[in-house]
Amino acid sequence: MKIAVCIKQVQSRDSQPRLDEARTWVREQDAAFEMNEPDAYALEEALRLKEKHGGEVVVCSAGPARVAQVLREALARGADRAIHVQSDAFAGADAFVVAGALAGAMKDEAFDLVLTGLQSDDQGFGQTGVVLAERLGLPHATIIMDVQVGPGLVRVKRDLEAGWFQWVAMPLPAILTIQSGINQLRYATLKGIMAAKKKEIRTSAPAAAVAPKQRIVALYAPEKSKKTQLISGSPAEAAKELVRKLREEARVI
Amino acid sequence: MILVIAEHRSGKLNRASWEAVAAAQRLAASQPVAIAVLGSNVGAVATELAAARVQEVVTLDDPGLEPYTPDGFTAALQQAIDQLKPDLLMLPHTYQTRDFAPKLAARLDRALITDVVGFKLESRGAGAGPLFVRPMFQGKLTADVAPEGPAPHLVTVQIGSFRADQATKGSVAAPIRALTITVDAAAVRQKPEAPFQEARQAVDLSQAERIVSVGRGIKEADKLPIARGLAEALHAELAASRPICDAGWLPMERQVGSSGQTVAPKLYLALGISGAIQHLVGMKGSQTIVAINKDADAPIFEVADYGIVGDLFEIVPAMIDALKQT
Repeated sequence: MKIAVCIKQVQSRDSQPRLDEARTWVREQDAAFEMNEPDAYALEEALRLKEKHGGEVVVCSAGPARVAQVLREALARGADRAIHVQSDAFAGADAFVVAGALAGAMKDEAFDLVLTGLQSDDQGFGQTGVVLAERLGLPHATIIMDVQVGPGLVRVKRDLEAGWFQWVAMPLPAILTIQSGINQLRYATLKGIMAAKKKEIRTSAPAAAVAPKQRIVALYAPEKSKKTQLISGSPAEAAKELVRKLREEARVI
Repeated sequence: MILVIAEHRSGKLNRASWEAVAAAQRLAASQPVAIAVLGSNVGAVATELAAARVQEVVTLDDPGLEPYTPDGFTAALQQAIDQLKPDLLMLPHTYQTRDFAPKLAARLDRALITDVVGFKLESRGAGAGPLFVRPMFQGKLTADVAPEGPAPHLVTVQIGSFRADQATKGSVAAPIRALTITVDAAAVRQKPEAPFQEARQAVDLSQAERIVSVGRGIKEADKLPIARGLAEALHAELAASRPICDAGWLPMERQVGSSGQTVAPKLYLALGISGAIQHLVGMKGSQTIVAINKDADAPIFEVADYGIVGDLFEIVPAMIDALKQT
């Protein structure tokens, strides 16, 4: 089975994004980047499917040159090769632009199954996988917690919110967006890291530019919906004061 | 015209549909609002929705729309949009919407702005449409976003951002009209089975008076007893954000957020939870919210009544001590 995994490189979760001068995007110069965590679950699921059914795992990403780092990491975890659609314009691009670039690079590969995370940790559109499905003319299902592959079809467990689930079957090839927590992630071994150095990353320019469908007019720190009483002091003092306020002011304990 | 796409499961209306109606009415000003409901035999749901002060409720009624599939809904809505020519579609930001709305937008080649928590009209010139406000970077930043390209634009309204009880009701019921649409069942590729719940939930967090909830800041499973100790001292239930349950450190039934439980206790104490939107929607209705987090920029502080910026491993034991001294 030939499986593609679409991966986004995003700013590290642990870093506070800093605004650029125009205040419409974040400063990339001093940012740390990592593999979008939901995509890491999609990669893990693809590697498990390959272990079970055989075949090939190809990781695909649309982004600037820096994206090669997460592709290399995916290869170290066990992916077989990588496709990188490279353009600086993809740094803060919307889901239509990214899905259009990926569709162009993936359409001739004849993948049996395409996996990606349910959303990204940066812009969080939650659209790219589904838009890609439409662009490639494939059936899709989203927010998937289990994947069972049979001859010519896939049966998947959809998360329906609030503890409800549903099994859905569809013909292959198909696109799935994977829910975080579907599996336990593996980390790259030293052997994997060494092997990755010999694996292919095919870099190409986008075939045709896709017009953006949305534009960030302003980016800013969130407005508080509540007036927070910040309690300062040493841990012991702050803890004592918090307990006092919860007892005497909020009266909730 | 603004067209709201209502959501129901087997005739039971999802409350988030009323929130989307409230959002559409607020945004509409003098523009008409209509509501569309899809399914098979949706008459009762349409009647329920007709209580809203809207121009009309339209039904997209076809056996091929029950049960829900993204292929069926996309085909039906494409025909409805062709007939109604709305300027804007507003949908509740549910998992079902997330499943079909990007496909519909791609089919129409129109802008889709997801996770919208508000809108701005004032800062735009004449003729320009509204800006839509949405969280980015896990809620650490907020963006004002403009859709690009021709109408209709699609917008999904984040759960809890507008109040269902603020949807205006009409003095008389709105007219209900059945649209003529056809869904070719053979063209629907997804074959869904009946929805089910995983093993009956042993813990009903929605009934808890006090909840101590842990997030990534707890760092490792071995540190959980610290949070458990605080929960015991407060006579509280222990809960967690999604990553903790993903890692298997606590069972999924203790997860608070969009894919877990929605809670509104008297006290919600968040330990090391950054406050991504998916978590906030599950707990922001709590009466008193306390956040303890080492990151002063964590979005959890936006909804907190009380906050301590610091190391939870120092603060929590000190709280347990303080609770022991009356």
